[in-house]
Amino acid sequence: MSIHGRDIVSIRDLSREEIEGLLASARKMIPLAEGSRSSRALKDKVVAMAFFEPSTRTRLSFEAAVHRLGGNCLTIADAGATSLRKGESLYDTIRMLSSYSDAIVLRHPNEGAARLAARASERPVINAGDGAGQHPTQTLLDLATMHEAFGTLSGLSVVLLGDLKYGRTVHSLAYALAQFGSEIVLSSPPSLRLPEQHLAELKRLGAKVREEPLLASAVKAADVLYVTRIQKERFADDAEYRAVSGSYRIDTSVLAHAKPRLIVMHPLPRAGEIAPEVDATPHAAYFRQAFLAVPVRMALLAGILGPARRGA
Amino acid sequence: MAVRELKITPIKNGTVIDHIGNGLALEVLRIIGAQSLDRESTVSVAMHVRSGKLGWKDIVKVEGVELSPRKVNAIALIAPTATISIIHDYKVREKRTVDLPSRVVGVLRCPNPNCISNQPEPLESEFEVVERRPVLLKCAFCERFVSDFLRQIH
Repeated sequence: MSIHGRDIVSIRDLSREEIEGLLASARKMIPLAEGSRSSRALKDKVVAMAFFEPSTRTRLSFEAAVHRLGGNCLTIADAGATSLRKGESLYDTIRMLSSYSDAIVLRHPNEGAARLAARASERPVINAGDGAGQHPTQTLLDLATMHEAFGTLSGLSVVLLGDLKYGRTVHSLAYALAQFGSEIVLSSPPSLRLPEQHLAELKRLGAKVREEPLLASAVKAADVLYVTRIQKERFADDAEYRAVSGSYRIDTSVLAHAKPRLIVMHPLPRAGEIAPEVDATPHAAYFRQAFLAVPVRMALLAGILGPARRGA
Repeated sequence: MAVRELKITPIKNGTVIDHIGNGLALEVLRIIGAQSLDRESTVSVAMHVRSGKLGWKDIVKVEGVELSPRKVNAIALIAPTATISIIHDYKVREKRTVDLPSRVVGVLRCPNPNCISNQPEPLESEFEVVERRPVLLKCAFCERFVSDFLRQIH
């Protein structure tokens, strides 16, 4: 099914076939994203970048994606400079923006903001992260990274490590992996376990999911080690934070017993979860993951805004 | 002739909510807004009543009031076994079971304080019914699951 003209608010808005189509399209976008070929797929298209919260990677990779496809951006990078400060609702702001652009990319501090924006807008809305809620393009680029490394998304053993309670990327990623039949191994401190209802949802979807709090055991059989940031503010005191974050730090000694083809991923920015010494190993996939943001977002924009028959 | 014990008196016009789960009548009263009703609207409550179907049940009768669909939806959330009878001139004009729709709009607040539905935006709260027994809801905006929603009902 085509994604032409569609809102992408949650990874749940995309079927397995649509995700596979987008990943195939993203692979074709790699030479364009590297600048070795050019495209006019978004010629005469204006994409509004409505970023009401600070973002470096996401906004710049979306802007790069639009430029690489020959389109133009309207950017709000500082919510303080908009009428929101004068008390204008997000709903009204989006109604206005949708009359100036062909699509809106939204980053907002409130969960559910993108769903509201999709209702307000007459143009497609792409969620670029709403609070601790959904971040579907991050999930797509995570899947693209795994697919590039293994040529498949089925039958992998994927360890999700760190803050599984609050980390928005892991909830969406686990949901997507469940659709592809990969094993999901949850490894977290007890206080940051995946919430019960998310676990129940994964089981309802027929996901192969298990918990393995011990990092060393989790790493042994893994194909993918997906590391997330453990945030200091989630802990009552500094000592507890240091103890927990120290036990989930990835360095070359942790990886000594890993499969040779294991890849280490991280949505970045990292804050000490992965030692710099890992960067030089063949396991490090996080910078490749950051690069793939551009071709994946190009594929998405081309699918939504390009000619209807060519939609992913 | 069998001796009938009348625990609460019949009403002339109004609504009878029967087969409420044991001990939930006070929640139903809160949804109805019993405290702010006109004093002509006599409210009778029977709790811990023997029931063939449920074992024990609660009953609420409200004189002179017909419930809005929204209030019926809210009752369906906490008392899915309830029946609602509309009484006219001491007779049951209509009797129906409460029916939880697939989406619940404008009835609950999302428990997530950071959800866009709790911000000053022109929208109504909205939940998808994921499971019915026991009821599990999901916010249509922030996708937060809600199972403990007694306190969230408007």
